[in-house]
Amino acid sequence: MSNESGRKVYIVDGSRTPQLKSRGKVGPFSAGDLAVAAAKPLLLRHNFPLEAIDEVILGCMMPGEREANVGRVVALRLGIPQSVPAWTVQRNCASGMQSVDSAFKNIRNGDADLILAGGVESMSRAPVLFNHTMVNWLGDFMRARSLGQKLKTISQLRAKHFTPVISLIHGLTDDTVGLNMGETAEIIAEKFGITRQQMDEYAMNSHHRLSKAHDAGYLDEIEVLYDEKGNFYDHDDGVRADSSVESLSKLRPAFDKKYGKVTAGNSAQITDGASWLLLASEDAVKKYDLPVMASITDTQWAGLDPAVMGMGPVHAMTPIMQRHQLSIDDIDYWEINEAFATQVLGCVQAWQQDGYCQDNLHLDKAMGEIPYEKLNIDGGGVSLGHPVGASGARIILHLCKILQRTNGKQGMASLCIGGGQGGAVLLQNESTTNTEAA
Amino acid sequence: MSENNWTIEHDDNNIAWVHFDSPGASANLLSQVAIKELDNIIKDFEQNLPRALVILSDKKDSFIFGADIKEFTALENKEQALAFMHNGHDLMNRLEALSCPTVSMIHGLCFGGGTELSLACNHIVASDDKKTKIGLPEIKLGIHPGYGGTARSIERCGPLAAMNIMLTGRALTARSAKKINLIDEMVPVRQLKAAAEYFALNAPKRKQLPFLTRITNSSLLRPLIAAQMRKQVATKAKAEHYPAPYSLIDLWKKYAGNKKLMLEKEAMAVADLATTDTARNLVRVFFLQENLKSQGKQTDFDVKHVHVIGGGLMGGDIASWCAIQGYSVTVQDQSPQALAQTIKRAQYSFNKKFKRDRRAIRDANDRLMADHRGAGIPRADIIIEAIFEDKDVKRTLYESIEPRMKESAILATNTSSIKLEDLSSCLKNPGRLVGLHFFNPVALMPLVEIIRGNETDETVVQQALAFGKNIGKLPLAVKSSPGFLVNRILMPYILEAVTMVDEGIPAEVIDKAATDYGMPMGPIELADTVGLDICKSVANILSEALGMPLPDNLKQLSDKKLGKKTGEGFYQYKGNKPVKNKRASYSDPQEVQDRLVMRLLNEATACLREGIVEDKDLIDAGVIFGTGFAPFRGGPLEYIRSCGIDKLSQNMASLQAKFGVRFERDGGWDEL
Repeated sequence: MSNESGRKVYIVDGSRTPQLKSRGKVGPFSAGDLAVAAAKPLLLRHNFPLEAIDEVILGCMMPGEREANVGRVVALRLGIPQSVPAWTVQRNCASGMQSVDSAFKNIRNGDADLILAGGVESMSRAPVLFNHTMVNWLGDFMRARSLGQKLKTISQLRAKHFTPVISLIHGLTDDTVGLNMGETAEIIAEKFGITRQQMDEYAMNSHHRLSKAHDAGYLDEIEVLYDEKGNFYDHDDGVRADSSVESLSKLRPAFDKKYGKVTAGNSAQITDGASWLLLASEDAVKKYDLPVMASITDTQWAGLDPAVMGMGPVHAMTPIMQRHQLSIDDIDYWEINEAFATQVLGCVQAWQQDGYCQDNLHLDKAMGEIPYEKLNIDGGGVSLGHPVGASGARIILHLCKILQRTNGKQGMASLCIGGGQGGAVLLQNESTTNTEAA
Repeated sequence: MSENNWTIEHDDNNIAWVHFDSPGASANLLSQVAIKELDNIIKDFEQNLPRALVILSDKKDSFIFGADIKEFTALENKEQALAFMHNGHDLMNRLEALSCPTVSMIHGLCFGGGTELSLACNHIVASDDKKTKIGLPEIKLGIHPGYGGTARSIERCGPLAAMNIMLTGRALTARSAKKINLIDEMVPVRQLKAAAEYFALNAPKRKQLPFLTRITNSSLLRPLIAAQMRKQVATKAKAEHYPAPYSLIDLWKKYAGNKKLMLEKEAMAVADLATTDTARNLVRVFFLQENLKSQGKQTDFDVKHVHVIGGGLMGGDIASWCAIQGYSVTVQDQSPQALAQTIKRAQYSFNKKFKRDRRAIRDANDRLMADHRGAGIPRADIIIEAIFEDKDVKRTLYESIEPRMKESAILATNTSSIKLEDLSSCLKNPGRLVGLHFFNPVALMPLVEIIRGNETDETVVQQALAFGKNIGKLPLAVKSSPGFLVNRILMPYILEAVTMVDEGIPAEVIDKAATDYGMPMGPIELADTVGLDICKSVANILSEALGMPLPDNLKQLSDKKLGKKTGEGFYQYKGNKPVKNKRASYSDPQEVQDRLVMRLLNEATACLREGIVEDKDLIDAGVIFGTGFAPFRGGPLEYIRSCGIDKLSQNMASLQAKFGVRFERDGGWDEL
């Protein structure tokens, strides 16, 4: 099946919030707040009427308790007319990429001309729930009529009733195979023989790359966030410019306790953030005189064993490479979301191995080596965090920016997905100048 | 005379639905004609009793605004006023005595006579809509309820709650009204008719007020409580300035035991009050306010986006005010650091306005955007510049933003001291610059001066007036001249006060002289509050232009003594309050008051002569709403008129003999 039929789809512009590291307490912003804050400046700087937007699609894994269908909540809060539909998509870590893919397909098919698509996650605000015992107890208590009955019900309360259900932990655990995401990363490390040293080195470089990109002003897609207490947030605050292998090596394994290699330091940070892209058809670009950054050539989803979900990117990218008869050299820059350092390293190795490529990817031989200088050149999830629902949109946005900056021709963005999937998007640089449209 | 304000519709249950719909008006007013007409309807019902009666309004989102205040101004004497009141009483008494259940069904604004009419019904049901506001605001016009509202509100709510709403004149939400039993039921609009029908058909008995509430109305306790009320009122209004609240307290204290007598005495008391100067002047102020509101009506100015440059105290407050009023707003400053403080301050404004309404606060925040890059400039229909007062910086800013502005957008400056012409000359289209002079604190001060520069396009002036009105302010078009209207009239008054401090007269005495006259705050405390540095800079401009020498006290200022903001100015400040010496005294406080007031009045006449605003009434309106000038005096020019020009001229002459040329009568006096 060819994915190339249909109209051309442009990425006009994008914006994102800085990604804020979760500090163990409820963060200052809900998912809706983050998405609204990131979209406001994006909509402000273009001159089309808001009713020109055909739909709003937002990826999110765990919206706030008052934000069911957070996409719609955000669209209304942005003042986008009520007549414009909005929806929320959930494909775990790829929710933000799913929203872009859905927008891409709707425009390509001619169902829409202008779509606001993005992703958001406020991981620090993931709900903490009552357990079933407590819910049943509450049911009994509500039914108790007399004071005596009420007192009797109260006397049945035990400590076990108060054990909370932390949805973030469950959200990051695959219940079909009974593995936490960190454990799937350990499996990949073991499978490809990736050492702790390699992981920590990769993690350190991620921090250094992000820090350099920040200093060079390469992250101009970030819009400043303001909270109600007089604080502002203008950069990804999980970055450690002084990160070193030595300091990283001191961290204890976070998942396979004692003997494992995957630590908090070489895994993606738990963060809050939102990213948006504005996608348009050729007609809309002409009609509203919109600038363009890139076009989407193709997208692909793939499934694999949930226990090695981190290998998802190679499974998703391979069919795109085949369809367009591309070799690694044809791609100027790569963004593979850093859920875990080891998982990115695993992907790079897998494509270099004839065995893996033949057995798992239906290739005759190895794809080849993705050059490290072309991969995640401005850091990734390890240094700037992985707000699960947002990352897919963020890496596409940043890849557009990289292509624009470097005059690159083609870029590939991909990520792994909890539950054993991978997603990938092939982009073409369409920007005429290096400077951002004013 | 017949206007057909009312239509009656009988339903299958024989409930008479009495619809109020003043022909050709946007809101229902309980005019004398409307009263007569309804009185006749009730008379018919006495003969031909329906099963129940429901009074409702056919106006969208409003019930009854109250009596027709215009009719007040026609009352020439007490006898006329009494007859006027009796018409209302006759109707209310008749309605109350009707032997079928009566229901008032309120949605939208219900004030004064509207509330009194409702109180004469057996039952009151109201919608819980945000637009529903119920109150007895008569006190703001120098009277108190005069159609039986005093006795009946006390009967319903008990004296403490009822007196509280009458003495403050505040408007209650349906929720608060329900809490104090002013209404019987509060329901969503969609259930309002069903609720009215329920009360009409079932006429449930009202619950008796709690014992503790009832005893507060006993003759034993009334004198004690009344004394307490007088004390509280005295902190807000002096009896010689505002007799109405004292009269109301008296009425209750003396007659609360006997409803019939109280109703009779109420009519007499209001007839007395309505003919006082205070009431006449407060009614005048009401119409001045209506006049200002109508200033922006000539033009339709559809603003979709407001951009404010300068996120400081004024700019930030203007931005958050516009966001509160429903506009999409960007506020620009040089750095995110500065804007973080702006956004923080905005929370204070939002919380103050919306209380704990989480959604309203969220929506206001969503409308307000900090914008350090100025991305809002090309989108804005109006740009309000509120950066610090520096001509060159402003000009550079204007030059840089003009090419990015929408063709149709207007540029407004909040400057209080720089000539518009000096700023507009840098623009390619100088006609688009207009002054939009807000007062601090923005949320509380109702007036906005719209400054018409020599170059300003007339359309732009009209658009600015319309914008001022649309953001819920009172816009006043003012000629571009030093100090505009408000600061110019205030400044001689403040400078005279500071001069007196120079002379050794205690600040406390000076401030008291002003508040005794009826000013909301004394001039010295006002100077401290505004900031002495700001006072000085305004005074400097005026002293150059108008030849007002600066008092020694203002010539040299210490950075640590700039007024309230630094904790010390003329007063020391403790917890934001000035420390005043209660024993401060001076031999001739009357002369102190005369010196202050005459300077102010004299400057007002000068503004009239120079045509700073269009007419006399607008001077009075500007001074009252811009400075808080004693409203019961009707404004400076009205005050001169009522005191007598000759008498005050003599006053001026004697002050001139003693203090010199600054008390020379301005030529403007001859134009009065």
